[in-house]
Amino acid sequence: MTRINVKVDGVDYTDEVEPRMLLVHYLRETLGKTGTVVGCDTSNCGACTVHLDGRSVKSCNVLAVQADGHEVTTIEGIATDGELHPMQQAFHDCHALQCGYCTPGMIMQSIDVLNDNPNPTEDEIRVGLEGNLCRCTGYHNIVRAVQQAAGSGNGSSAGATATADAGEKAGAQS
Amino acid sequence: MIPAQFDYVAPTSVADALAALAEAGDDAKVLAGGQSLLPILRMRLNAPEKIIDLGRIEELRGIREDGDSIVIGAMTTYADVLASDLVRENAGVLHDAVTEVADPQIRHRGTIGGALVHADPAGDVGAPILALDAVLTVTGPSSERTVPAAEFFKDLFETAVGDGELLTSIRIPKHAGWGSRYEKFVRVAHQWSIVAVAATVRVEGDTIAEAAIALTNMGSTPLRATAVEESLVGKPATDDAVREACAAAADGTNPPSDLNGDSDYRKHLATVLTRRAVLAAAGK
Repeated sequence: MTRINVKVDGVDYTDEVEPRMLLVHYLRETLGKTGTVVGCDTSNCGACTVHLDGRSVKSCNVLAVQADGHEVTTIEGIATDGELHPMQQAFHDCHALQCGYCTPGMIMQSIDVLNDNPNPTEDEIRVGLEGNLCRCTGYHNIVRAVQQAAGSGNGSSAGATATADAGEKAGAQS
Repeated sequence: MIPAQFDYVAPTSVADALAALAEAGDDAKVLAGGQSLLPILRMRLNAPEKIIDLGRIEELRGIREDGDSIVIGAMTTYADVLASDLVRENAGVLHDAVTEVADPQIRHRGTIGGALVHADPAGDVGAPILALDAVLTVTGPSSERTVPAAEFFKDLFETAVGDGELLTSIRIPKHAGWGSRYEKFVRVAHQWSIVAVAATVRVEGDTIAEAAIALTNMGSTPLRATAVEESLVGKPATDDAVREACAAAADGTNPPSDLNGDSDYRKHLATVLTRRAVLAAAGK
């Protein structure tokens, strides 16, 4: 067992963990922070995305011991005083989820995308989210939500580079 | 999926890491960014008794200028390589290739040194390193040696880094003013390259004065397309001339056949992608 000191969602924790324990299992099983989910378990899907020292990582692809001395932010730590984070609010407003399983990772990666580039184009949003899979294929409204959170209008331009027909269909879904 | 049990050490200097490696012998595995190693451990394709984590060794991180070269520490992340103006200006084709590596989350953790030593033939940093004539510093318990990129890649997942040694830095001769393009062919987002081509050229007037081209996933290691390079030099940077030279891109290669494409398909892809990459690198 190895002792680690990690700050998670603003709270300091000290725990003895097996070196082989993945960060996502530490968050879920040791700390009970089940908001971060395991999707594919192969580092493809991005559902387990959290921030490590402010940058997005796939927490199924990081050992808990690698987070020793570092700061982790999960989906459970971004609301303040009962107020949703602007990205959470935007996902809510734009109905940017269907089954909701990819949502924690999508939101954490979307925040990272805006941290990197506060005014992304639609293409830049899609490229920024390439490591996050939505198997309901609800990408259209996810992109709208990121646009709303970026303050680039109400998201109505999402789909502007797709065919007009596809854009209308996506609009009808929301 | 959970890795098999292992002991873990996280040294804070290269000397301590080498000592830990010497003590552990064959049963140890070195952890860099972990973006390839952790999936391997989780799927239990490998179950080392000891993991030596280089993540706490500050001296292995960072990018600096050194005369006519830039030097990249082995533990520098893809994200830091991407953010570097030194890399963009002097090793453009490496910058281009790193934009194509996996996805942002992986690029925040994955390291250039880890990828080079992992030596997956479908990985994206081997070809630019080869095309740029980089020289790699390999450090052992008692000495340090340098290995040209052309001698670094030995075979599938095998490099010149021996038992008890670490790749510590990558030195790249400045290619300021060279145009570049990494042309990667995949079917879906953040897939491993089916084939990719790293091309960097220096154009004088309308003529290609120098060309360096390397291929990803056209064999068990990254390969230089020397026939194309030789044929391009002195030629005008026109569609016809480049097309003719790039027809030789797959000469002498023996690419794999798999579900993504058979060997002949890859050979065809290499000629097409090389033409596209060279034309783009030449600003066409």
